[in-house]
Amino acid sequence: MLKKDFGLFALIIVVGAVVAIINPRFLSPINIANTANLVGLFGIFAIGQGFVIITGGIELSVGSIIAILGVIFIDLIANQGVPWPLAALAVTAIGVVMGLIHGLLVTKMRLQPFVVTLCGLLIYRGIARFYTHDGTAGFGFGVSFPNLEWLTTGRTDLVSLVTGGAVPTILIPHSFFFMLLLAAVMWVVMHRSVFGRYLFAVGKNEEAARFSGIRTTRVIVAAYIICATLAAIAAIFFAMYTRSILPSGHGSFYELYAIAAAVLGGFSLRGGEGSIVGVVLGVILLQVLQNLVNLLGIPSSLNFAVMGSVILIGVIADQQFKQFQERRRTLEAARLAAAGHHERHEQPAEEPAE
Amino acid sequence: MTTAAALSESPEAGEPFLRLIGVRKSYPGVLALADFSMQVRPGEVIGIVGENGAGKSTLMKILGGVTEPDRGSIEIDGVARDALTVNGSMAAGIAFVHQELNLFDNLDVAANVYIGREPRRYGFLRLVDTEKLQASVQPFLDRLGAAFSPTTPVSRLSLAQQQMVEIAKALSFNSRLVILDEPTSALPIAETDKLLEVIAGLKAHGISVIFVSHRLNEVVRACDRVIVLRDGRTVGTLEEDQIDHDTMVQLMVGRELKVDYEAPAQARGAVGISVQGLRTQSYPFQEVNLDIHYGEILGLAGLVGAGRTELARALFGIDPIEGGQMLVNGEPVRFANSAAAVKAGIFLVPEDRKEMGLLLDLTMTENITLPDLRTYAPRLTVSREAEAAQAERSRTELDIRTSDVGILTSSLSGGNQQKVVLAKWLAMRPRIIIFDEPTRGIDVGAKSEIYRLMRGLADTGVAVMMISSDMEEVIGVSDRVAVMHEGRISGVLDRAECSEHNILRLAVGKPI
Repeated sequence: MLKKDFGLFALIIVVGAVVAIINPRFLSPINIANTANLVGLFGIFAIGQGFVIITGGIELSVGSIIAILGVIFIDLIANQGVPWPLAALAVTAIGVVMGLIHGLLVTKMRLQPFVVTLCGLLIYRGIARFYTHDGTAGFGFGVSFPNLEWLTTGRTDLVSLVTGGAVPTILIPHSFFFMLLLAAVMWVVMHRSVFGRYLFAVGKNEEAARFSGIRTTRVIVAAYIICATLAAIAAIFFAMYTRSILPSGHGSFYELYAIAAAVLGGFSLRGGEGSIVGVVLGVILLQVLQNLVNLLGIPSSLNFAVMGSVILIGVIADQQFKQFQERRRTLEAARLAAAGHHERHEQPAEEPAE
Repeated sequence: MTTAAALSESPEAGEPFLRLIGVRKSYPGVLALADFSMQVRPGEVIGIVGENGAGKSTLMKILGGVTEPDRGSIEIDGVARDALTVNGSMAAGIAFVHQELNLFDNLDVAANVYIGREPRRYGFLRLVDTEKLQASVQPFLDRLGAAFSPTTPVSRLSLAQQQMVEIAKALSFNSRLVILDEPTSALPIAETDKLLEVIAGLKAHGISVIFVSHRLNEVVRACDRVIVLRDGRTVGTLEEDQIDHDTMVQLMVGRELKVDYEAPAQARGAVGISVQGLRTQSYPFQEVNLDIHYGEILGLAGLVGAGRTELARALFGIDPIEGGQMLVNGEPVRFANSAAAVKAGIFLVPEDRKEMGLLLDLTMTENITLPDLRTYAPRLTVSREAEAAQAERSRTELDIRTSDVGILTSSLSGGNQQKVVLAKWLAMRPRIIIFDEPTRGIDVGAKSEIYRLMRGLADTGVAVMMISSDMEEVIGVSDRVAVMHEGRISGVLDRAECSEHNILRLAVGKPI
């Protein structure tokens, strides 16, 4: 798992270096800050998507959730005069409920995750457009929420802060810091907690997990709740970042970004495989690729084509690498057997080829 | 096809058409098969027995053309060659029916038999000629005495019937030799009889059978000749009148091994779990009444489909119950899920080790700690040290043969995998434990270890229930035997009454 993450990291460095050499603006403070901001925003919900994918499910309504909850959030604080912490809480709570509903439909009603969340995608998008009468939701002129804006779109130069202003570097957007913090917490949840272990077990073989006394329903529902909740939080960040939302297009395809990031990061859509570091690196690579399209003067219409090609190549390379490892392991086993490590009960002697 | 031609020009019946002479195969560090010789005459039923690792699978692979022997020759119809290819093996008329069936259960019988070779019609449209397909499958089914039709969906067939479909498929290739690899290990008693009849039918048609099995009683009944392998060597060839259970076992393991009943160390205790009028999903109108005492091993016998596994699933909270009640230590309980059953101290070792008992992609350690993971997570996170310590204890306690407890369970042998399943529950100190077919597909040595562990549990006061379709095991291990028939308990036999005869009568729903 670590090795795979390292490979992805190396790829990011290589792609970054190439772009930086061709166009030095890649490393300009503004570009780094912008990229970091996007990595932060996309990372928040991509991490959530990872939890669902590990269970062997998929969450297609992320983009629509970001649209509908963004519209509601702006409406609450700009038009309804709800204090923003309360509005943020409300929006997050709606996210929790959405995740709960998706999870229950998948587990209790045994519907396919693809179908459930595809319906979510359509329903939430439709309601978002109806909510604003297909218009744009935004803030009136001069309306501002200093605390909220500082939290979501503010920027801090950490190095400068630590050194008391002696070494000014780059102002990094807070969305990036938030994502890092979130990733750290979720890393513990996914890779060190009891729930995390259950998640992998359920994703690998739900039946066997049930026979080990795990409440598989709970685990799966929790994954959908985490996903939708993080999408809700991302909705707030996106709303504050764009400041105006056209619900017909806001956040569309974002679920696919998240899935792509997870796949790049080593998640298996069959479930049971993946890591937080992987999905975050996946998000970074996708943003670097977008950046590459812009900075290298590639027509931006080719954006998706570039992304798709890189993912395809990455997945093929990964597959090849796995096969290579498999072959090596077989050879290794044969060599060990030759060295006299053979035990009759340990490995049926007649089946070394399997 | 070629084989039909081969059959007609083959030497007159009685002459061997297949000879293996001095065949040897070694893998790095392992002699898998040493100087193996065998000849197969038309209509002969040959048993191949031996513990896991004895060389049976290597022999199968050589016959199937998957593996090339290092030395020796294989003679087919008098033509000698060094090795077979997969196609060569098929052309020679050798067909395999594997332990794990390779059927498409979403298709019907006829489609399965001719999969990949469907007759076509309507010219360039090349659509499947369903009528012709079904008509050509029927004769094979007749020959096997099958009680189902070519249009029956495979999903509706019993395990033995599915094996018959595989055999029909073998016949459709004009096979002269059908190799049955562990065909009875998953079959209940009555279905085993059916399969043995099928074998006799094949024999009558001049088709030879190689019968590989752990279940020696069936080998005794079915075979004309038995070859016993041990560590790749042929340690004995028994002709028809010499074939008996004890001799084979002696040769196989070099020591006496029948399942010897081991009496409990003390008298059984109070009732651990009492099932009263319980109705399961598979037989919603039949009531099960059964008491399992602490300190005893209660065998649960019956035909497959009698509702034994469903009873176990209901007791373990996997399936909801339709009615009736369960008392644990006299207190009524109702489990919403398996987690609740685990909490109440009721554990289940399920029948399907690979799909239900274990997570094959997780390590041995992770499997062992999974049901009780919170205990290993003193704070927020799981302590790898605590987990590894438990895994080491389990390894010693159960003698799980691996040098590394971090090994993926998929790379352990069947017997060791089963011990890992057991280790999960032993680590949690069971009070009531249910074993569903605990020794299916594992070798003789590991079997007797599992029996010892069960007896050990009972002797420490645990209530043990063992579901088994292996008569020898049921009689050899249980203190009492309950027999199920069509969803209810048709009788409970005390130790003294436990005979094959009595159990069989009850299993088919007749009074003793």
